[in-house]
Amino acid sequence: MHSTIAVRYFAVLRDASGKSSEQVQVEAGASAGQVYSMLAERYGFPLGLSEVRVAVNDEFARPDQLLKAGDTLAFIPPVSGG
Amino acid sequence: MLIDVAIHDQPLQAAELRRDLPAVADCGGYVAFEGHIRNINHGKGVLRLEYETYDELAVKELRRVATEAAERFGLAFVRAYHRKGRLEIGEPAVLVQVLSRHRGEAFDGCRYVIDQLKARVPIWKKEFYDDGTSSWTQCHHDHHPHKA
Repeated sequence: MHSTIAVRYFAVLRDASGKSSEQVQVEAGASAGQVYSMLAERYGFPLGLSEVRVAVNDEFARPDQLLKAGDTLAFIPPVSGG
Repeated sequence: MLIDVAIHDQPLQAAELRRDLPAVADCGGYVAFEGHIRNINHGKGVLRLEYETYDELAVKELRRVATEAAERFGLAFVRAYHRKGRLEIGEPAVLVQVLSRHRGEAFDGCRYVIDQLKARVPIWKKEFYDDGTSSWTQCHHDHHPHKA
């Protein structure tokens, strides 16, 4: 059983994946952190899960948040505004 | 309390925004901070910058920061604007303006906004150097933003 979610990439993660967003098939009941680990392996992300923040549907979330079909997941590398 | 936050893809018009302050009769203190693009960072010559933003969440988080500052320091007005896209040396990247009854809260509240913005708001800076290289700077990271 799989669900389709949207994933957004920013900054170093966008560079590493070569895209700013994509649709990703995940196993039902997967957590945000599990999806990050899968994508980190696929794209060779230079950051570990402990170094990024997670957002689900444009709000900060915990890495253990479970995902459902249609969710938008975003990974937030260390910020550097200002 | 008046809160005005935004991410802009066009140059910040600081002088215009100074004229556009709300009239708040019981506020005697006005403090503003502008952050400009500097031509050097960590000893490397910087030619220009590009800011990338997660607009939806950046605006939400910026609003939370501004609201916290207003509540904590009793500010009547907080404006916080940040640029995205390509910026040249000397251009303003960020503008914070606050109004309060007295100067102390205005200084402290303005400082709070810019400090929290740098620590929490999903905005990323890519620097382009005079040796032809570029990199995403990672000076700030805070999983558990300090709220004091």
